[in-house]
Amino acid sequence: MKTLKIEDLSKNFGSTEVLKKINLEIDEGNFLVLLGPSGCGKSTLLNIIAGLETINEGNVYIDDYNVSKVEPKDRNIAMVFQSYALYPSMNVKENMIFGLKQAKTSKEKIEEQLKKVSSFLQVDSLLERKPSQLSGGQRQRVAIGRALVREPRIFLFDEPLSNLDAKLRVEMRREIKKLHQQLKTTVVYVTHDQTEAMSLGTKIAIMNHGVIQQNDTPENIYNKPSNTFVADFIGSPSMNLIKGNLKQNSDNISFIAEGSNLEIPIKHYDFKNKSELSNNEVYFGIRPEHIYFKKLNEDDLEINLRADLSEYIGHEQIVTFNFSNQEILAKFPSTINVELNKETKLYVDLTQVSLFDSKNEERI
Amino acid sequence: MQGSLQSSSYKKLEQKSKYTNIFLRWFLYFVLILFASYFIFPLYVMIVTSLKTMEEIRQGTLLTWPSALNFESWGVAWGGRGYGAGDTYLKPYFWNSIKMVVPAVFFSTFIGAMAGYVLTKWRFKGDKWVFLFLLFGCFIPYQAILLPMARTLGVLGISNSVIGLVLVHTVYGIPFTTLFFRNFYVSIPSELVKAARIDGAGFFKIFFKILLPISTPIIVVTVIWQFTQIWNDFLFGSTFSFGEAAPIQVALNNMVLSSTSVKEYNVDMASAIIAGIPTLIVYVLAGKYFIRGLTSGAVKG
Repeated sequence: MKTLKIEDLSKNFGSTEVLKKINLEIDEGNFLVLLGPSGCGKSTLLNIIAGLETINEGNVYIDDYNVSKVEPKDRNIAMVFQSYALYPSMNVKENMIFGLKQAKTSKEKIEEQLKKVSSFLQVDSLLERKPSQLSGGQRQRVAIGRALVREPRIFLFDEPLSNLDAKLRVEMRREIKKLHQQLKTTVVYVTHDQTEAMSLGTKIAIMNHGVIQQNDTPENIYNKPSNTFVADFIGSPSMNLIKGNLKQNSDNISFIAEGSNLEIPIKHYDFKNKSELSNNEVYFGIRPEHIYFKKLNEDDLEINLRADLSEYIGHEQIVTFNFSNQEILAKFPSTINVELNKETKLYVDLTQVSLFDSKNEERI
Repeated sequence: MQGSLQSSSYKKLEQKSKYTNIFLRWFLYFVLILFASYFIFPLYVMIVTSLKTMEEIRQGTLLTWPSALNFESWGVAWGGRGYGAGDTYLKPYFWNSIKMVVPAVFFSTFIGAMAGYVLTKWRFKGDKWVFLFLLFGCFIPYQAILLPMARTLGVLGISNSVIGLVLVHTVYGIPFTTLFFRNFYVSIPSELVKAARIDGAGFFKIFFKILLPISTPIIVVTVIWQFTQIWNDFLFGSTFSFGEAAPIQVALNNMVLSSTSVKEYNVDMASAIIAGIPTLIVYVLAGKYFIRGLTSGAVKG
């Protein structure tokens, strides 16, 4: 049984297709993050799961029950919004129990739930206050509390941390993570912040133009991006993508960058389908953090590159190198002294390489 | 040497700007007082005249303070002289106006709030057109609809009645009230409605429990606007009612323009003030919300 299943879901606003044939499944207790640039359809997808938007095609199942035409209140979900959406005229207590009251829950049960949740979230001293008298973090907590008291099957979060300042955001992120660890609830969480996605999700679905690009664990998303969009979207700075050709003789495969004659051996790479390498034009992907200043592994490729630019950001520095007229970024500890406009000896970790077909931009 | 030179020239500049400021300040006060007295002057004349006796008025001393405060004309304006035929006084028409204005303000405000709620939070296909046509209602000259409206009231059997006037004022208030509420609700995040829907609240519950309690500023604006419009209306009142069903503005007109007897300026002035007092009271009581409410919808981002 899947807690949430989305089947061939399509949605359009007028002639604009927002979601195209989305398929998605979540197991009980998972934390799924929908990640993507603005306008990719992630919030629409969340609203559809909540029942706040209608569907053009496809179905949504919660616990194997088709809820596509079921009212939001009957879907056994709860939602936390970016603007918190606390009812301004009600105090914290009334805000939190509004849903239970609508569901005609007994008074004892309401009191019990309120007590449990408010002490769990440490808002029991705020119960009589109006939302306007709360700080951003407190509002966020009350909004989560309002979702918790209903004990839903699925929690939906719509960019809940975007309105907080940077420091509070990190704090609340940890609290949401703790909350999930303690309660083991099923969560669907929408964000455009990759750090949030990486740190919170047990699964991340990366979306672009209404299509899910990759739905995988954070580790796989980071290490084995399924296409150049994911490779580029995740990581800061994003993955270096070097254009070039694959050369295949007998069992050895090597990569030659455009305008260079250096053969880079591809040894540890896990090809999807090695025998069908039809297109030799590829992108060679390597993350900035996998280019070292010192040799770390036996197989690291030694390479001489000219440093063009150095950006100091405190705990680290990002240096731009020139590799046969293509820019390559590398990330070093800021303690290392890199001389500009000079050839520098670098080591590329060949176990961390990703290769993409240059035509369809898919991982090969 | 150079330093002291500079500081003395700064002192001169300082002095100069001080004088300029003082001059500008006094000029500003002068202009403000001038305009304030310009606006307050007619009111002064009205009050003073209403407190004079006719003999005093005939002497032609328009601006002087009355020799003795004489409230007789106020009594006549409100309650008449007590003899039968031809005696027009405001009291019954004042209550006519109250009976007209209270339900008309209530219904037009309520319907406007509902319409604004639907147009912003329950969008439907073609809602923009509905709003556009409603807006046209704000710009239709009332003279253009007098005949069709008279016919409608006749068909409904409520012509020359307070109920008929309530209907007319409600209908022609709706474009304005809808515009006010729509612009206010547009600035309220729709996530509130979404949250309430997930919590299980329906269409009316969301309106009454969530949106209406935070609508005080715009309700005040709408009530003041509608009250003033309806209370001060003369056109609809004089067209759709006559005799005993007339609202106060029509009665005031009849009183002042009646050519049967001598012009009693003191009674006329007292009547005019009485007819204007209710709107003044509404402004004084809710005026500070008026400005706040007018801007809150527009500025709040």
